[in-house]
Amino acid sequence: MRLIENGKLVEDRFARVPDDEALPEGAPVLIGIERFLRDAEALKDWPAPVGVIWPNNRPIAEIAPYLPQIALIALNFPSFRDGRAYSQARLLRERLGWAGPLRAVGNVLQDQFLLMQRSGFDQIQPVKAADADAFDEAVHRYTVFYQPATDRRPSLLRQRLGRSVSGVAE
Amino acid sequence: MYVYDEFDRAFLAERVAEFRDQVARRLSGALSEDEFKPLRLMNGVYLQLHAYMLRVAIPYGTLSSDQLRRLAYVARTYDRGYGHFTTRQNIQFNWIKLEDLPDAMAALAEVGVHGIQTSGNCIRNVTTDQWAGATPQEFDDPRIWAEILRQYSTLHPEFTYLPRKFKIAITAAPKDRAATKVHDVGLRLHRNEAGELGFEVLVGGGLGRTPFVGKSVRAFLPARHLLSYIEAIMRVYNQYGRRDNIYKARIKILVHEIGAEAFAKAVEAEWEAIRDGALHLSDEIIADIRSRFLYPDFQPRADQPAALATALEDPAFAAWHRNSVHPHKVPGHAIVTVSLKAIGAPPGDATADQMEVVAALADDFGWREIRVGHEQNLCLPNVAQEDLPAIWRRLEAAGLATPNVNHISDIIACPGLDYCALANARAIPVAQEIAKRFADLERSRTIGRLHVNISGCINACGHHHVGHIGILGVEKNGQEFYQITLGGRADEHAQLGTLLGPAVSYEQVPGLIEDVVDTYIELRAGPDELFIDTVARLGVEPFKERVYAAH
Repeated sequence: MRLIENGKLVEDRFARVPDDEALPEGAPVLIGIERFLRDAEALKDWPAPVGVIWPNNRPIAEIAPYLPQIALIALNFPSFRDGRAYSQARLLRERLGWAGPLRAVGNVLQDQFLLMQRSGFDQIQPVKAADADAFDEAVHRYTVFYQPATDRRPSLLRQRLGRSVSGVAE
Repeated sequence: MYVYDEFDRAFLAERVAEFRDQVARRLSGALSEDEFKPLRLMNGVYLQLHAYMLRVAIPYGTLSSDQLRRLAYVARTYDRGYGHFTTRQNIQFNWIKLEDLPDAMAALAEVGVHGIQTSGNCIRNVTTDQWAGATPQEFDDPRIWAEILRQYSTLHPEFTYLPRKFKIAITAAPKDRAATKVHDVGLRLHRNEAGELGFEVLVGGGLGRTPFVGKSVRAFLPARHLLSYIEAIMRVYNQYGRRDNIYKARIKILVHEIGAEAFAKAVEAEWEAIRDGALHLSDEIIADIRSRFLYPDFQPRADQPAALATALEDPAFAAWHRNSVHPHKVPGHAIVTVSLKAIGAPPGDATADQMEVVAALADDFGWREIRVGHEQNLCLPNVAQEDLPAIWRRLEAAGLATPNVNHISDIIACPGLDYCALANARAIPVAQEIAKRFADLERSRTIGRLHVNISGCINACGHHHVGHIGILGVEKNGQEFYQITLGGRADEHAQLGTLLGPAVSYEQVPGLIEDVVDTYIELRAGPDELFIDTVARLGVEPFKERVYAAH
């Protein structure tokens, strides 16, 4: 599956490992929440980067104690119509101070790319190859943004005053 | 009027371009119907029983004459020559072809009108009092705050895929004409003892299959915190609202299940973290939005001018004047309600010709401004009293001067089984027949203020729960049946109606309503006691006894 990071197609360094498979040694891995929470203590000493797929029905605040040992956070969209991960992403960025990679996974489609980017995702893993190709167009359709969010785009409420103040993060 | 600037116009053009691309991808198969559906819904495009339907927002119920003329143009060019005004300050076109939709939208966008967020699981068109800025009753013009919310909620990155739709209404007058207590969030703008402007915040109201009156979660929110507080509410709802069952996904269910107190606590905790962040509304920002609303340059005039006094000698004009003309904040002026409830016509429908008549009246007498209210009538909010006779003559000639505003024939009804894919029963013909039974002006006036609300299914688009008389269509063994409720109201004393008794057949409804009304006339304490007050005093029992004995 293609991976877009900050607008560019990149190679996915992280291997997604199901809960019942052994972790490959020395390679970055992306694992599920159950294994992560069960083995969190042991994984602190794992010799390669560990990423976690945080489910959208578990309060994101619970991830706080683990942040120092996590190399990648993936938030899930079980359906593109299920928007819980947008709130999780903003809270991670704006409340919990997560500055590392934040990936959108699941039923990720081009008509939601812009919303994901504005909510703080810097990595997007689209389901359809054609959507990945349309990334640039999809996130540049708009030049006007009415409200401040996690991204640095100036919001209209302030732009109109001739000032440019970006999102809550600042 | 709020004046769109280059930013708003650029946004609308970009939105139309995006939708054109989405339609093209749907037609090419790149988007499945399942993937396309929420995208079209968030542009106001429904697939109805017979055709696609376009729902267009009339933000806070305010239209310019040019915008209304453009709606008439769309009705004539892309539809069958009429439009249907809804209970949420929208207009619906019921017969538009999918391939014509981008062009219709582009035509509307040229005058700053659109269908954005009139549907879908997002923050919908924010509604308010249709008398905003004109009534002497209000603490501030609620449209300022509705516009701030419109901007904030437009394509909000975090809140575009909520568990379910989300409706916000604002009243700035103690007399609530915006039905704020039956919205997901209701905002009551007022001043505290120190004279500061702020909102009482109600959450979890709504109709549909599980109706609730909203609960107050904050008595006074300083106005500058409006957006951060709304964001806190939305964030709690987005994370914790149910998504396992579409019928339990509205915020009212979350508030009901965890309790208003626990909900308020979660919101306050979230709000504490963001209240002084980027959403803080500085005086400058508020002043900037306020400056974009242009108000008529009213000239002082005498109240009750001679021309009006003379005209009132005509009983037909006097009857219309009594019902349709309301006090204005500026002496010598008036607010006029334009009835879209001609006897025998579908409630809320207006032809393209009628829209043009109203637009021309706004040009000639009303500072080019028109309003749309949740009762499905139009309104000329700023006219001089001396012009009322001329306005009336032109409305009368266009079939827009039925003197029935707030009377029993001023019925709220959803499109029902005549149009809607969800409906179980017809609503429009029921409204038409009831209106005919009470067409006699003398009888209608004797009855006085009485709101009849009709929904063709349990989704309650006709707001039957809050009608003084509520009529709900249901389906039983392939037949249309109707449940009747009494005593509902949508105003500042909002409450849900009480079931009168067993459902009756389609044919029985008009007669039953007549019996209910006759019972009221017999039982009321005097001619000044309104129907709703008689029901409040006596309950539904005496009505039930009389009505069902007769049937």
